[in-house]
Amino acid sequence: MSRRVPLEGSFAAAEAAKMADVDVVAAYPITPQTHIIERMAEFVNNGELKAAFIPVESEHSAMSACWGASGAGARTFTATASQGFFLMHEVLYFVSGLRLPVVMAVSNRAVGLPANIWGDYSDAMSATYTGWLQVFAANNQEIFDFTLAAFRIAEDPRVLLPFMVHMDGFTLSHVVEAVVLPEQEEVDAFLPPYKHPYVFDTDNPCCYGSVMSPTTYAEVKKAQDIGIRETLPVIKEVWKDFGKRFGRYYNPIDSYKADGAKTLIMVTGGLAETAKVAVDKKRAQGESVGLITLHLWRPFPFEDLYEAVKGAENLVVFDRAPTLGGPTGPIIGEVKAALFGVRNDLKVAGILGAFCGRILEVEEFEEVIDRGNAICKSGRQEMVETVGIRG
Amino acid sequence: MAKKQQVRPSALPTWQEASFGNVLPYAGGAKDYKTGDWRTDKPVVDKAKCIKCGMCWLMCPDACIKENDDGTFEANLFYCKGCGICANVCPKDAITMVEEGA
Repeated sequence: MSRRVPLEGSFAAAEAAKMADVDVVAAYPITPQTHIIERMAEFVNNGELKAAFIPVESEHSAMSACWGASGAGARTFTATASQGFFLMHEVLYFVSGLRLPVVMAVSNRAVGLPANIWGDYSDAMSATYTGWLQVFAANNQEIFDFTLAAFRIAEDPRVLLPFMVHMDGFTLSHVVEAVVLPEQEEVDAFLPPYKHPYVFDTDNPCCYGSVMSPTTYAEVKKAQDIGIRETLPVIKEVWKDFGKRFGRYYNPIDSYKADGAKTLIMVTGGLAETAKVAVDKKRAQGESVGLITLHLWRPFPFEDLYEAVKGAENLVVFDRAPTLGGPTGPIIGEVKAALFGVRNDLKVAGILGAFCGRILEVEEFEEVIDRGNAICKSGRQEMVETVGIRG
Repeated sequence: MAKKQQVRPSALPTWQEASFGNVLPYAGGAKDYKTGDWRTDKPVVDKAKCIKCGMCWLMCPDACIKENDDGTFEANLFYCKGCGICANVCPKDAITMVEEGA
């Protein structure tokens, strides 16, 4: 029997980590931290969760402690956002390089300067090349589901890689929605115990994080790259099993009214919900518009993208992170690169907006679709426009 | 045409053979790693001046200084990187840094 409870996004992530029965939570507990870690501390303090809670002195230390904990065989969870996420950056590469299945919830926020605390994907996009598996949730139910599934995927012997679950800062992390929670026994049946093949063990010492010279580094990196790409079928397999057990099915890219649509709009994260309403309105006006939601960011789901855009003429990609001085937004750029040479007939437009928590209303989303269509029609696809900017 | 074979020392692993997570499943690998060839200057001990205090042994950041049977100290040049800290801390100036190949 499942329960339907009101939870803000932060608590949904914390609830998933609690039900996953994590052994260690290491986190920096002050700004820019969210309620995720506050909730984890409560769970440990009130005895609902038997885990070691390590309040460290910085995010660099937080991820370093997670590295040690996960390497020692503990199921490990942490969370951060924006500037704190940046402070961890160096260690993110070490954890993925050692193939340790740390799970981290990130409430995506803009980064300074200007100093701020509101949501966009400026922090998340900086981690694109860190070697972590990454998924974007579009609502609080997805935050819970993706976080729970992340432990199973990350710890799968065929995967053994760290997993980031991204949620929109504030618009998901601090907003209450109804979330369906499974029973503990159902979670226990879904999630087997974590076992790493090279667990830190003084009786069987190994050499971890050794120096690699020019003669060996490239081979190790290629093995890591292939290892990340090969997780895609496992991710799909686990999400399918999750669907069978809990009734909610996810795909790397999910579609909404996309069948036969001439124009598709591609959105990541919580704004997909707003985009659905805009698509509904456009459909009511007789326009051939559909939505595709990018859930899985790493590994990039190439084949799922090709399948999702099959039959479309225009693709409007919406991005929430500025790429200062660069050609496009980060997601726009990767989608264009993925399609280049494969679907040269498909016109791709990039639209940026909703930076730093700026609200994007349904009407503005309709404008995104219109302007995207106009860019596609103009043939000037190198143009990237920004919506909702004064002047 | 026969595929050109890349000449590669057989001891080096291919990417398929690269260790999982960069983990070497044994300890003590650093023992075989020669860092002595990083050195430009080597420490030379004047045993007549040495008072066997062990400051060089204590302060060597590479732990490459070993005690001789007679109680004096000497660097293992397979590992010594030539930083010169031993020469600097020696209270009797018994250690001199001498340029390699000089």
